[in-house]
Amino acid sequence: MLEKRVVVCLDVKDGRTTKGIRFKDNVDVGDPVEMARHYYEDGVDELVFYDITASAERRKIRIDTVRRVAEQVFIPFSVGGGISSREEMREVLLAGAEKVSVNSAAVRAPRIISDGASLFGSQCVVLGMDARRDPAMPSGYRVVIDGGRTPTDLDALEWARKAEELGAGEIVLNSIDADGTRDGYEIPLTRIVSEGVGIPVVASGGAGRPEHLLAVFEEGRADAALIASMVHYGDWTIEQIKSYLRQNGLPVRVT
Amino acid sequence: MGKDRIAVLDYGAGNLSSVQNVLRHFGADFIVTSRPVDVEAASTLIFPGDGEAAASMGELRRTGLDEALTSFHASGRKMLGICIGCQVIFSHSEERDTPCLGLLPGDVRRFARSSGLKVPHMGWNAVHFTIPHPVFEGLPQGSSYYFIHSYYPVPADPALAAGETEYGETFVSAVASRNLVAVQFHPEKSGPVGLRLISNFLAWDGCWDGRGAGDA
Repeated sequence: MLEKRVVVCLDVKDGRTTKGIRFKDNVDVGDPVEMARHYYEDGVDELVFYDITASAERRKIRIDTVRRVAEQVFIPFSVGGGISSREEMREVLLAGAEKVSVNSAAVRAPRIISDGASLFGSQCVVLGMDARRDPAMPSGYRVVIDGGRTPTDLDALEWARKAEELGAGEIVLNSIDADGTRDGYEIPLTRIVSEGVGIPVVASGGAGRPEHLLAVFEEGRADAALIASMVHYGDWTIEQIKSYLRQNGLPVRVT
Repeated sequence: MGKDRIAVLDYGAGNLSSVQNVLRHFGADFIVTSRPVDVEAASTLIFPGDGEAAASMGELRRTGLDEALTSFHASGRKMLGICIGCQVIFSHSEERDTPCLGLLPGDVRRFARSSGLKVPHMGWNAVHFTIPHPVFEGLPQGSSYYFIHSYYPVPADPALAAGETEYGETFVSAVASRNLVAVQFHPEKSGPVGLRLISNFLAWDGCWDGRGAGDA
């Protein structure tokens, strides 16, 4: 049986890992390569790197980080943050990332998804989506971009389906409302999208306790759950989280 | 391992950096090549790849690597297929109805979407090894490996199966025949157990007589 994945997210700024609370007040919690290695040894299933301040001059730093991670960490990882061209996608994949994630750029020019899928394969192309509660939208959630700052006209479910149709191989679905709260995932959002598409959905935003992961897997029907603060600050280990999930009957990878 | 001439086949099917990183991790000497002449000179071949069967076969034919692979396999030198390299070694793939290399008899089929399963099959899943092969030595029964694929091999001879995985149905996730081992998952992305599989392969003498008498 396919196992539920526990994914650790590392927000990287200037080559260092940070974790923002609702994308503000970033605090430095360490070196991304060291942290990646630590989580790998602790049994994480996958890693996600978001270069939250990616810009032209920082591309070199990003590639260097990706390369160093790939040399030491023999599990899949994806890289996102400001990626808007096929050239950037290629760079990141050649440096050793398994997947590349596109977010705001895909809303502005959805072709990056189909271009990426046809050049590198759907399995390499992840749609990152930030959604906010909005009763005016058909699914109850509106897509927002630019790290939550800019609302769009897109409905979250509609955009997820469109991205699948364009060739995205996976969706990382982040709730702006839950992000950084550590009060639990936005279960209804996760469930609506996960049941509405045929590609895996990674729930993101709000994880604070192992129970939150159990809930998002069981009630939210997520294929994977992304965590950050709850492990970055040392409150929980991957092993503790996985033991809890296993005790509650979920299939998770044993290392 | 230093005496081996390891060739990693590059035929435009996806990303080879993780395979290279693992080989470097073990201090192995290897070349990455798309030239048949390098395949002829190699003692060990790694045939990785993500992607699509028709495009992969097209590229193998265009470069003459199809013939190089066939004669490499026939020569008895050891070979490891990964993912698409575990598919195009069979006779035929359903993916765009593609005739393949035919090193082993069998087909490659797609997971049925109707079953409600998400396709591709992506993530970690358990492999149950069904034969005591040296390349799978020391790998705990039911340990998990990283998969990313929509198609899977169906060997014509069930004796070619070396490992099985459950995804809606039970499918063959590893095959072994004489000098050839192929896995549908990505050992290079599968953490410590995947590393162990690759190091076992590098240390293997390339002879396996246990099964696989039915291959072409």
